[in-house]
Amino acid sequence: MTGTKAQCFERLLLGNPGNPESGSWLEAIRAAALDTAKALNFPSERHDDWRFTDLSPLFQHDFHPVDSYAGLARADIEAFLIPGSARLVFVDGCFAPELSDLSQAGQGVIVKSLAECLGDKRVEAHFAQHVSFEKDAFSALNTRFFEDGAFVHVSGEAAAPVHILHVATRRDTPSAIYPRSLVVMEANSRATVIEDYVGLGDGINLSNAVTEVVLKEYAQLQHVRVQREAKSAFHIGRCSVAAAQGSVYTSTSLAFGARVSRLALHVTQRGEGAEIHLNGLALIGGRQIADTHTRIDHAAPRGKSVQLHKCIADGAAHAVFSGKIIVHEGATGTDSAQSSRNLLLSGKAHIDTQPQLEIFNDDVSCKHGATVGQIDADALFFLKSRGLTGERARNLLTHAFAAEIIDRIPVPALVESLGRTMLDERMKVSA
Amino acid sequence: MISKNSKVLLEVRNLKAAVDGIEILKGVDLTVRAGEVHAIMGINGSGKSTFSKVLTGHPDYTVTGGTALFEGRDLFELEPEQRARAGLFLAFQYPVEIPGVSNSALLRLAYNTLQTERGLEELDPLEFDDLVQEKLKVVEMDPSFLGRSVNEGFSGGEKKRNEILQMAVLEPRLAILDETDSGLDIDALRIVANGVNSLLTPDNAVVMVTHYQRLLNYIVPDYVHVMDGGRIVRTGGKELALELEERGYDWLRVAA
Repeated sequence: MTGTKAQCFERLLLGNPGNPESGSWLEAIRAAALDTAKALNFPSERHDDWRFTDLSPLFQHDFHPVDSYAGLARADIEAFLIPGSARLVFVDGCFAPELSDLSQAGQGVIVKSLAECLGDKRVEAHFAQHVSFEKDAFSALNTRFFEDGAFVHVSGEAAAPVHILHVATRRDTPSAIYPRSLVVMEANSRATVIEDYVGLGDGINLSNAVTEVVLKEYAQLQHVRVQREAKSAFHIGRCSVAAAQGSVYTSTSLAFGARVSRLALHVTQRGEGAEIHLNGLALIGGRQIADTHTRIDHAAPRGKSVQLHKCIADGAAHAVFSGKIIVHEGATGTDSAQSSRNLLLSGKAHIDTQPQLEIFNDDVSCKHGATVGQIDADALFFLKSRGLTGERARNLLTHAFAAEIIDRIPVPALVESLGRTMLDERMKVSA
Repeated sequence: MISKNSKVLLEVRNLKAAVDGIEILKGVDLTVRAGEVHAIMGINGSGKSTFSKVLTGHPDYTVTGGTALFEGRDLFELEPEQRARAGLFLAFQYPVEIPGVSNSALLRLAYNTLQTERGLEELDPLEFDDLVQEKLKVVEMDPSFLGRSVNEGFSGGEKKRNEILQMAVLEPRLAILDETDSGLDIDALRIVANGVNSLLTPDNAVVMVTHYQRLLNYIVPDYVHVMDGGRIVRTGGKELALELEERGYDWLRVAA
């Protein structure tokens, strides 16, 4: 089982020979992506973007492509369903139409598997245009080997949240899964899209996910991303967002699962007056590693960005947050605020936080700050003095710290189920 | 109300305690019986707040000598939460803010923890709401306070009233009120005092820790103790408080 970094990468490059036939425009992209992946290899730990994140646990496995998936029953995924949503389900990267339910999608909303839409000009116009694979081997691998994905196209106001559920199953050999999503919000449209990565059992899989989001003029998107894969899994995610004039992009991303996880989220304010709201939470324990890299480019005037990222690390876990905000030369009147708040629950846990501001014009208002703390001793004593055990009190305070982010998800059913599973999980850990 | 036959709730003998290796309490003796109201007065640094924190188990303080029995049980064998479940309550001098935990959730969690301890049924949110609506009247608090995070954005007076609300819900045998009067305007003081008075029964007791006499105009003590240099140096009736108001503390101070 124990392999080397080189062997692991070679195995990934073999991919899946039976990768589906595709339109000619995609074939060219896939070929270029493979060449790029070969040239890049895994990022080195000396790479500035990766220096805090130890990928070595990933290199120990041979990840095999998935060419067929075990059929799941609705009961297998029942716990993850969100009532009232339009649901697209992928199992180990393959589209599962029998588990999907698009009856709630409503007018003006297209929710389909990407493979079905390769002839759609709107797909061709945006696919691989926002996440560049030129400098990132993981994105290149995804672009070459993705089996299928989600295409969400919204014009008007979406009646129901769109739930894209990616289920990783436990397989005999470690599997490489390539979730892919493209979300296009037409001018003045509004929607909530939930990307949800879940694991069944304690399988070893590498979910290498790429998401591209396009907001046209005055579009508004609530983008929720939940990563709750198995604690033995690996998750590398990349999301790029292009925000046009007057649009409002709100992201709430949660990282609970995986042995090693990473999210690189890049939002570019392309048009005047666009607003960007980024909420993030990593809640990890044991030997988990969760890395969140965000970058906001204010490339047009009078943009606004507000970011709150929280990390909670227990056990010997390691959380990383790097948040870069770049205000470009012409982006006058930019208003940006970034806050990184972190909670260490154990003496062996570790949090690296790195806010970075790069400002290239004078007419801006930018604030940022970072704090790392422990459970407040006075609050703990207060709760004990009201009869709560130390464990209960600590859990309540941890939950309260996390709830500030979770409560920002505009889907009450999901907020409730996440709150419940989180508490249950922690109760189990402490039992 | 003094009745020599009533049950002893708290018996403290020669209590010594230190913080950061410095001895603050140097031998405190105090007996509190059911139905009694005690006031512990003293200047800043006399040890009176330390005394309340040591009794409730604050982790910053180390007991270095003496004993404290609560209804016959050794307090220092109990964790802070066990002391609370046994019926000991501290109203904090500086109530903490807990963003993200609603007042109603905290009250229900604490109440149900005690119910379980007493072998009684837990209340569901609806049943608990009926109970807490009644308790709100004790401190004239608006129901909207229940939905807010514990003490977050509360004024000084609202925080102190919130402490008494917790006391009303938990119905402790012995409540220690640590400088509950500090920072209160006269209306808030009256509300807090009325609340405490309405909670007094022949079966419970209150120990007020205070610097000033004015709270004692509203909650009339059976005993007034003066603390100085980590000891109780004088015990009297309520008239002692008036004398302190007139003469200050200097005449009672122990020679250094």
